[in-house]
Amino acid sequence: MTREMEIDGVEVTFSEGETVLEIAERHQKEIPTLCYDPRLEPFGGCRLCIVELEGARNPVAACTTKATPGMVVRTATDTIEAYRKTLLEMVVSENREVDVSPLRGYASSELANLRDKYDIAPTKITGAKSGTNKTDDDNPFILRDYELCISCYRCVRVCAEQEGDHAINVMNRGFHTQITTEFNGLLKDSACTFCGQCIQTCPTGALGDKKALRAANEVTDAIPDKTRTICPYCGVGCSVDILTKGEKIVGIHPAMDGPANQGALCVKGQFAYDFVQHPDRLKTPLIRGADSELHEATWEDALNKAADGFRKVNAEHGRHSVYGIASGRAPSEAAYLMQKFIRVGFGTNYIDNCSRA
Amino acid sequence: MSNPLVDMQKPEVIFCIGTNMTECHPVAATGLKKAIARGAKLIVADPRRIGLAEMSHLYLPLRVGSDTALLLGMAHVIAREGLIDEAFIEKRTTGFDQFFEHISQWTPEWAETITGVPAKDIETAAMWYGRANKGAIYYTLGITEHICGVENVQSLCNIALMTGNVGREGTGINPMRGQNNIQGAGDSGALPNNYPGFQSVTDPKHQAKFKAEYGREVDLEKGITKVTALELCGETIHAMLIDGENTLLSDPDREHCEHALRSLEHLVVVDIFLTETAELADVVLPATAWGETDGVCANTERRVQRVRAAVPPPGVAKPDWWIICQIAQRLGFKGFDFNEPKPIFNELCRVSPIYAGLDWDRIEKGEYQWPVPHKGHPGTPMLHEEEFVNGRGIFSNVHYRDPAETISDEFPVWLTTGRRLESYHTRTQTGRAEGIDYLLPEESLEVNPADLERWELTDGEWCKMSSARGSINIKVKATNRSPRGTVFASFSFADVPVNLLTGSGYDPVTHTAELKVCPVRLEPL
Repeated sequence: MTREMEIDGVEVTFSEGETVLEIAERHQKEIPTLCYDPRLEPFGGCRLCIVELEGARNPVAACTTKATPGMVVRTATDTIEAYRKTLLEMVVSENREVDVSPLRGYASSELANLRDKYDIAPTKITGAKSGTNKTDDDNPFILRDYELCISCYRCVRVCAEQEGDHAINVMNRGFHTQITTEFNGLLKDSACTFCGQCIQTCPTGALGDKKALRAANEVTDAIPDKTRTICPYCGVGCSVDILTKGEKIVGIHPAMDGPANQGALCVKGQFAYDFVQHPDRLKTPLIRGADSELHEATWEDALNKAADGFRKVNAEHGRHSVYGIASGRAPSEAAYLMQKFIRVGFGTNYIDNCSRA
Repeated sequence: MSNPLVDMQKPEVIFCIGTNMTECHPVAATGLKKAIARGAKLIVADPRRIGLAEMSHLYLPLRVGSDTALLLGMAHVIAREGLIDEAFIEKRTTGFDQFFEHISQWTPEWAETITGVPAKDIETAAMWYGRANKGAIYYTLGITEHICGVENVQSLCNIALMTGNVGREGTGINPMRGQNNIQGAGDSGALPNNYPGFQSVTDPKHQAKFKAEYGREVDLEKGITKVTALELCGETIHAMLIDGENTLLSDPDREHCEHALRSLEHLVVVDIFLTETAELADVVLPATAWGETDGVCANTERRVQRVRAAVPPPGVAKPDWWIICQIAQRLGFKGFDFNEPKPIFNELCRVSPIYAGLDWDRIEKGEYQWPVPHKGHPGTPMLHEEEFVNGRGIFSNVHYRDPAETISDEFPVWLTTGRRLESYHTRTQTGRAEGIDYLLPEESLEVNPADLERWELTDGEWCKMSSARGSINIKVKATNRSPRGTVFASFSFADVPVNLLTGSGYDPVTHTAELKVCPVRLEPL
């Protein structure tokens, strides 16, 4: 059932259960957030999404407020914008730095973008910095640069709600809040599966993709190119964006709108991509020579030898002596042409794929 | 899968059997975790105390290879307790009366003697699943990689049909496919029994259709499976074209496999690395890899999705489709004049009823799940909603069979094999990804701590593991994930070639190898 409410003087419709933030975003209102990840339960921690609600004494967080019929909401009054600016000034003042490489993670520039939008000066508020880096964690994938942590708990919540791993949580209170594992140890000694979801939801780069940073040599400014594709591992078919700089793959971002994964990935899809540009890759065709060794060859020679062998075996032993095995790893065009090769070429069904073992 | 992946958050009762989903399909497992957080009950049947077992509400630690017995026992209880969906059985199925009679003999007490699972736990599992309004089954190779893989799947169909847990949201019979395009390879007709789109080769109509399409009459008889072809290498099979499969490490009985490939007159391997299999080839052709290739893949929920090139390939590597076209053209075969993947996929769509409503441009965003029978059709996220493809669902009067080899004085330990979270298959890819070694540097044999003394083994030390086919050396790791009397290793590491030992038997229908059961002997080194 659709209902009606008013946002910034405009009548809008909504469905039961929708939050003010969801409705506002649907109507192209730009409400700032830091603790919000649309895949997670609303948290209401950062208070940046506050809006004025007619009849309410104080502003309310749009992310946790469910819409009700007849509600009248103003999303960007001068007062609200001033509150937001002050909140951002305080958040920015606690961090060692705000400008981080976009390679740290999918959302790592969110704080920097809001600082720019609200024109926050770096020196407005000075004082103590919060968070202590976990420098002794030598894992190769997840940077734990907690000096940039703003205690939005997105990492804790994505680990619990999205992954169901509950590997990380919060210790201490207030200014001394710190994200940690049980017994404040290394990630590899926790329930962490290195799926990388925490680094991808972190809005400040406090958690970062170490592997991408290594690949790009800590370049902080240039935004990588992205190519949408599907993960090369299991059959779930998670959508990913391959990050490239020039001709080099430097990392993977989960596709938040991926139909099979809605932004989720596992350790293989997130981090095991660099086999593609490994030095062991075959670069030229190889032909077995008279010395029984494989030797580099031109495409012309290799393809001729490949074809000659099939022609000879077919002539000597008949068409039921040739067999094709298609790949479950290559795209369907390869499998389709493999079966066509056998069926058109030899008139047999001597074709299979690697699904039986 | 009969149901879409998003459905995994919706069942009331989840029955996982023979699937180590948190390691092998971790992202799919997040759906189950959400269902559990919402209050769904999880039943896990697996010989090993895997991650799923740890989060289950009821764990059924069955002996390897005894799935059919467990499922017969469950079917018995479902019938005995009157938990059958009579309306569904009447309207949608056939053969229930005979099946009802058949299962009256297979009591949970009998199933306990085969599986080792207490009869009362089998009863509880049957009652939870039988009473659920939405009960969903998920399985992987723990069901199919047995000599009785077909009976195992039929047994799962039986309990789903009895309870009407098919064709509705949050239900279904859901196999999880293990490779990124293993579904697509089958869809594309790379099967000895089916043309593209699962059109049977034994149907003269299909033979005529493809004769018109391809200009060549293809045998009306099914071809042989890869397993049979490997057995016939050097006898009747003399040439092979293998694309992107490390047959030597992934298939059972490695020595037999190596002998088979060496006895070929002509072996052409297309791959991205010089794999153990490629090293045996007469011609090795370098293919473009993931991230370098434009094309289409189909996932485990039958979703047809685009893959895209982001970087150029190394050296002169070429796409698989180009390589096959070039060989075909040199042999004078017709219909291989392709310069890009798009018209190849469009041809596949044209000849496949399940893809008929698709083309290269339509699948840009990946919103279609096959069958998509015509243009404008929205796709089919859920199968079997109104009726089954073959009309009515058939109950199968299956019987339990022992594995091909059972433990003996000579080989007194059950070995079962599988994958681990951090490695994939034969590690041609994950073994070359920087950082993965930090998490999983080497293979080890998972042995129950209580078994160490009995077999004179030491945690962290090497042992010799032998089967009827051979021996390998492997490091021992004590863990309660393995039950007493059963050990586990993955087949990922080339220096611990576990598939030297496996290969005791094959399912007679599917020719899938019994990779999940292999009696072995363990000795300290």
